[in-house]
Amino acid sequence: MSPILSVRDLRVVFGGVTAVDGVSFDVAPGQLLGLIGPNGAGKTTVMRSITGIVRPNSGVIELDGQRLSGLPIHQRMRRGLALSQQLVRPFREMSVIENVAFAAGHQKTDNPLRALVTFSHAKEQARAKELLEMVGIAEHADADTGSVPLGVLKRLEVARALALGPKVLLLDEPLAGLNTSEAETLAETIKNLLQGGLTIVLIEHNLREVMRVCPHLVVLDNGRKIGDGPAEQVMADPVVRAAYLGAATGDAGVAA
Amino acid sequence: MESLLNAYDMSLIRTAAIMVVMALSLNMITGFCGQISLGHAAFMGIGAYTSVKFSINGIDFALGTLAGMALAGLLGLIVGLTSLRVRHDFLAITTMGIVFLFSGIVEQSRYLGDTDGLSGYPHPAYDDFTYMMLTILLAIGVVALSVYIKRSWMGAAFKSIGDDEDTARLLGINVPLYKLSAFVLGTALAGLAGSLYAHQTTIIQAENFGFIESITVLSMVVFGGVGSITGVVIAAVVLTLLPLWSQAIGDYKLLFYGGLLFLMMRFAPYGLAGLAQRARLLLTRRAGTAQ
Repeated sequence: MSPILSVRDLRVVFGGVTAVDGVSFDVAPGQLLGLIGPNGAGKTTVMRSITGIVRPNSGVIELDGQRLSGLPIHQRMRRGLALSQQLVRPFREMSVIENVAFAAGHQKTDNPLRALVTFSHAKEQARAKELLEMVGIAEHADADTGSVPLGVLKRLEVARALALGPKVLLLDEPLAGLNTSEAETLAETIKNLLQGGLTIVLIEHNLREVMRVCPHLVVLDNGRKIGDGPAEQVMADPVVRAAYLGAATGDAGVAA
Repeated sequence: MESLLNAYDMSLIRTAAIMVVMALSLNMITGFCGQISLGHAAFMGIGAYTSVKFSINGIDFALGTLAGMALAGLLGLIVGLTSLRVRHDFLAITTMGIVFLFSGIVEQSRYLGDTDGLSGYPHPAYDDFTYMMLTILLAIGVVALSVYIKRSWMGAAFKSIGDDEDTARLLGINVPLYKLSAFVLGTALAGLAGSLYAHQTTIIQAENFGFIESITVLSMVVFGGVGSITGVVIAAVVLTLLPLWSQAIGDYKLLFYGGLLFLMMRFAPYGLAGLAQRARLLLTRRAGTAQ
């Protein structure tokens, strides 16, 4: 099957420091891919190159066979990407549900002229309500984003990204800042999204949850790819273990 | 009603209505879309000079007004294009440059009457009362347009950009195109205010549309509550009439507006609208505890 998202020879240099050094990987349709690696491995830079926030020095990124290189951020999103950001960025002047409903109305905001003659929010409100229920924060729907805890805002990020109806959902550390039970629930929700045919790339530090939900892993270290394959196999690789877990000693840790 | 108002009252009402149009035009850019502009009066000037030039050449007031709006909107588009890459304080400085550019050009141009300004131009054949009613109707029209835009999906997109434009991009919003839309709408309406202003007075000069006027309009938007239509309308009326009613405030107009801008920014950044909301919250809380 041809990949829905393909990264080829990606190279990003920040002021002489090579942050990403010739990384390539494919994401198959319907896959949940975990993109992992120690701090500074280049995971977020790869994610940002895909969304267009970072302009790579070289390399090709294709979504569903279409090259994304050179496109501005908003056009990439309109071609089927969505990003849930690591640091939550809700619109502060909108309530929780308004944030999601705004994203759900993406077709109405595509063109300013169309936006100028479109009013109804009913469909978007209903869709937003569904998504808030899906991520488990429906009871906070009408709350001000300034008055809800981080755990709710993290899930709001995910719901808002989903509201764009993406082909590929990029999740940048969605579990960070959640307590154990919240993290477990959200990881479960993420897994369930696959049943709807969505493709997901998950960057995550929470190795326990990554191992639990991601069947497939890509491992980065120092800007290079050092592992790519089924999770168990990748984590058993001594190179990966040395880099990611520190010089590996015995079997402890991986299975945990 | 006509007999109840003397010529002076009618001129006050006219001026207030024109300033409502002007303040709401800046509110489109600064209030709805979050883009500060310190040079908005220049677009009022462009509308004023264009329509007066049309009147001098014997062309109808309505056509001249439309031409003034079109030219102001076109130049607004150009200024918007040059401003796309700058944000916040840099945007403030860029837009501030516009008023100085405007007065610089006008005061060097014989065609535009240089420092003497333009005067003795024909006025539309309306009596005072009709002209007053026209300005009131147009002000109501601009209020309606503001409400319409705020409720549309365009208003929602503007709001997202004013709130956090990086996140707006991530949600597929074409930020530059929406910002330009706000600039064109806002500057064209400033052109309307300019034409109305020019045809209710007998002389226009570059200094009528300078930095001080830009700050005056901005203080109306801030005093009313950035983005709040009701707040901005009230602020425009009050801040237009106060200096005309009170000689003391009139003499120290700049100090008054400047001080007000500072005080609002420091103590009530959401303006009258924010204060009203706070008062409402306080009252409902009181009512809640009393029960």
